[in-house]
Amino acid sequence: MDQKPAQKIDIDWTSCRGHGLCAELLPDHITLDEWGYPLVDGTPVPARTLKRARRAAADCPVLALKLTATGMS
Amino acid sequence: MTATFPDLHMSPRLLAPGGAPADLPTHEQRYGPLRHGDPAALLRSVAEAGLTGRGGAAFPVHRKLAAVAEAARRTGRAPVVVANGAEGEPASRKDKTLLALSPHLVLDGLQVAARAVGAGEAYLAAEEGVSYLESAAAHRRDPVAVKVVRLPRRFLSGQASALARFVGGAEALPTHQDPPVRERGVGRAPTLVQNVETLAHLALIARYGPDWYRTAGTPSQPGSALCTLHTPGSQPRVVEAPFGMPLHRLVPLNGMSAVLLGGYHGTWFPATEAAQLPLDATTMGAGVIATLPTTRCGLTETARVLRYLALQSAGQCGPCLNGLPRMAAAFRTLATPGPQSTTRTDLARWSGLVEGRGACHHPDGTVRLVRSALTTFAPELDAHARGLCTATDPTPLLPVPQEP
Repeated sequence: MDQKPAQKIDIDWTSCRGHGLCAELLPDHITLDEWGYPLVDGTPVPARTLKRARRAAADCPVLALKLTATGMS
Repeated sequence: MTATFPDLHMSPRLLAPGGAPADLPTHEQRYGPLRHGDPAALLRSVAEAGLTGRGGAAFPVHRKLAAVAEAARRTGRAPVVVANGAEGEPASRKDKTLLALSPHLVLDGLQVAARAVGAGEAYLAAEEGVSYLESAAAHRRDPVAVKVVRLPRRFLSGQASALARFVGGAEALPTHQDPPVRERGVGRAPTLVQNVETLAHLALIARYGPDWYRTAGTPSQPGSALCTLHTPGSQPRVVEAPFGMPLHRLVPLNGMSAVLLGGYHGTWFPATEAAQLPLDATTMGAGVIATLPTTRCGLTETARVLRYLALQSAGQCGPCLNGLPRMAAAFRTLATPGPQSTTRTDLARWSGLVEGRGACHHPDGTVRLVRSALTTFAPELDAHARGLCTATDPTPLLPVPQEP
């Protein structure tokens, strides 16, 4: 287990209330749609962004943003 | 409501003949005893048969069975099996018909599925006829006792995560599926949710084997499927037809402008195109085939359905909650002859915004219907933009509950 699987951003749509903090913290990966909900680009989160991505997950007021390992169904 | 078509060249496998419900002795006489083979052999049989789910997604059944069995091994928890008889789709009657006519075939299939995955609990979820189904289940000596649950009559009740939640005692609403229901469903146990028609086919594969199953259908899509046929001027009919059967042999296409395949999450095809299509698991959804006569307006029909779909949103996910009512209102504008302003581009943009952004596929199915309507009824759209409608009969056609 030296190599960790790539992480991607997963939104729990039933929890998300469009607070928009994730888009402020991860502007390269997340923008907001016309109703204020996150539009995620779907690419794996690069290592240099992981720390901010984890913070976005922890700071989401309803914990709707999760980092999940790619390649898992 | 049911009919046997002599020109389909197959006798119905699932529906009791004559349209009379089959009690247990009649059922046993018709199909013979059910053998409970060993789970590994059963899984091989299902894989060789090539059985796919009949709830609309056409997912290979053996893969789902294997995934649930594997999750059970991994977690050390006995799985739960749920027969999904929630037919929330207003245009579909095939699951209700199957449960009414051949309840024991579905209950057989539920036992086969329970055996295949080593389940400790089994449920049959249905919208109606619960006491009838309970009495049918009570007449049997099933290895795994079946509990019948009554589902609320909503479009999304049969969505796998909503159903698993409801069986577990909560409200029938879709949830974020990570992990998926097959790994963590009812009471957090690995859960197999399988459409009732799928289970009926499973019961026959367990009896007669994969080679028999493959005598109907095509090599790539073996078997048969129940379809609900809507033709103008007659009640919806449920028939069983083999995959590969030309659609024009199932529904008359003369005088029709379009065909809706797969129900309200399905696809509109121009009648000329539908005339070339066979019955195909990837387009037929849960088997709804509805024809639209040239005298009706496809845009008006689609607008009626979209209003219903927007009202049926569980309202949990932001894009669906915001997008579907806007899309329905936009389509109502397009269905009314007159200026369209930016409505078409708005509709296209909102379609993109709701697609793939929800806990369930309600937005995705709605987008599929919208896009196919915009393509199939493009000439009518242009006529409406010029203030004209070519339809002569304004009577509503497709069954839509809760209309004002």
